[in-house]
Amino acid sequence: MAFLQLEGLSKRYGAIDAVVATHLAVEKGEFVSLLGPSGCGKTTTLQMIAGFVDATAGRIILDGRDITDAKPSSRGLGVVFQSYALFPHMTVRDNVAFGLRMRKVPAADIARRVATVLDLVRLAPHTERYPRELSGGQRQRVALARALVIEPPVLLLDEPLSNLDANLREEMQFEIRRIQCEVGITTLMVTHDQAEALSISDRVVVMQAGRVTQIDEPYKLYEHPRTRFISGFVGKANMLAGDVDDAGCPQVRHSSGDGALTLSLRPEKIDMLDAGSGRLQGRILVRYFLGSQWLYRIATDLGELTVVRRNDGSAPLVEGTAVGLDWQAELLRVLAADEVHA
Amino acid sequence: MSALAAMRRGGRGYLLSTPAMALFVCLLILPLCLTLALSFNVFDYQLGVKNDAYTLSHYIDLFSDSYFYEIFFRTFWISALVTLLCVLIGVPEAYILSRMGTPWRSIFLILILTPLLISVVVRAFGWSLLLGADGLINQAIQALGGRPVKLLYTPFAVVIALVHVMLPFMIIPIWTSLQKLDPAAEQAALSLGASQAKVMRLVVLPQVMPGVLSGTLIVFGLSASSFAIPGLLGGRRLKMVATVVYDQYLSELNWPMGATIAVVLLLANLLIMLSWNRMVEGRYKKTLGA
Repeated sequence: MAFLQLEGLSKRYGAIDAVVATHLAVEKGEFVSLLGPSGCGKTTTLQMIAGFVDATAGRIILDGRDITDAKPSSRGLGVVFQSYALFPHMTVRDNVAFGLRMRKVPAADIARRVATVLDLVRLAPHTERYPRELSGGQRQRVALARALVIEPPVLLLDEPLSNLDANLREEMQFEIRRIQCEVGITTLMVTHDQAEALSISDRVVVMQAGRVTQIDEPYKLYEHPRTRFISGFVGKANMLAGDVDDAGCPQVRHSSGDGALTLSLRPEKIDMLDAGSGRLQGRILVRYFLGSQWLYRIATDLGELTVVRRNDGSAPLVEGTAVGLDWQAELLRVLAADEVHA
Repeated sequence: MSALAAMRRGGRGYLLSTPAMALFVCLLILPLCLTLALSFNVFDYQLGVKNDAYTLSHYIDLFSDSYFYEIFFRTFWISALVTLLCVLIGVPEAYILSRMGTPWRSIFLILILTPLLISVVVRAFGWSLLLGADGLINQAIQALGGRPVKLLYTPFAVVIALVHVMLPFMIIPIWTSLQKLDPAAEQAALSLGASQAKVMRLVVLPQVMPGVLSGTLIVFGLSASSFAIPGLLGGRRLKMVATVVYDQYLSELNWPMGATIAVVLLLANLLIMLSWNRMVEGRYKKTLGA
């Protein structure tokens, strides 16, 4: 049996199904992300696990114990909130020590454990500061330290990075992963940012309109998105009409009109060749410089396609250039129709 | 920013604040100065106030008469008790209010504020109808076979009516402080193993202390200088400072003595409120940075 298990967990607000019969098994030490657009039920799921929201149906089993109806204070889980939810009237030290004081840990042990965890999150020089004297990233670290110091069985992160600016967000992503690996703690993170979910999770759970639509490792999720929605939500994708040929391989339908199937082709999997060669001819409409990459929008007979090319230092193609496009047929992915609509 | 600085330097700010300043000076500073001057005027029971003669005798009379000590002491203990009761009722009430759902919160907030729309005199008479010798409460006691109790014209009547009048002034600043609270902080405390009572005591209360402080200052100040309720519910025997001032002016016609008592009340009130403010704010200023 998995360490943390959700069995048919549901939440209904009046006539609205916020979360529908969610099944999830998280192994010990695993880092799992709940990914989805806002309103998909991911935060509600996390709140049910934390105990702040009562489940309408289903069970939550932690390490063999049914905690569905347990009070939040008796679950002993570590929670990091989107707003950090630090206690503004306490110093960093007192914020972090709060959970240990509630557990009536002896003072000497508290001092030692607080010092250890503040070292772990690299906040040791700021123990006597108040939250309002800290930067966003430092507050985030305090929140993390406060949740970790009680040595919870599971760490719950609710959009932990959404209040940080872009540079800091990337830095904290890796920081969270480093700390998670060091402590070896089972972690469940809620996020709407696919890059965040892909970069630091062991597995990603995609949610849409209260339902889980795919659970996979980041790489498999990216390479084999199951539905149109996931393909578009996780990374960029070109959606093409297509059929399956006699050998069972997907083929792009070269005439316009709806194909029997929807195929997904990632922008970086398309090669740009000289005009006249390749499977498809097109003309560059517009280009965007992304630093490490160039993003081209190309008009073709199949509609507008997005192509991403590595910035290899050579001069980029200019707008209006005619190009040929090619790709390996096995990189086309067949998508299922969306079974749920947000 | 620079426009603001230029405006400050140019003195245009003073020009723009003239109407408010004029109102302030005419309606507050000037009467206060006149009262202060009046308190030093010589008073003669035959001739009335002598505008050109000055004396300290009213202050000496005041400070050498135990009757006035008793009245000042009564005024301040009643005000302190009213303030304490307002805190005890107001903090939980404001907290419950802030946790209410959308339609009910507005309804109850309006309910709390409506007493302010009714004249204090009307409310005081309302209480006297309830508490009087043959008022509703005594009728109920007699109907149950008890002996009638003297409620009206006691400190009890004054305190209960003052609490009723002052409660909104306590709830509103606490409510404002509560609005700034992050509800997730309470969830965080719960998830860290705190009981609901500990969340209140260690997380919520310390953060609403600035609101409680403003509330206590407003309520104490207004209670100590209140006139209508002690006048109507305290009766002729149970005097508070404001009612004594009224008596001096209108019964004794000793205006300088009335002015003296008013000045001393103002100074004593200021002293108590400033030291209370310093004491409480000193404790919370550093941590809350307010």
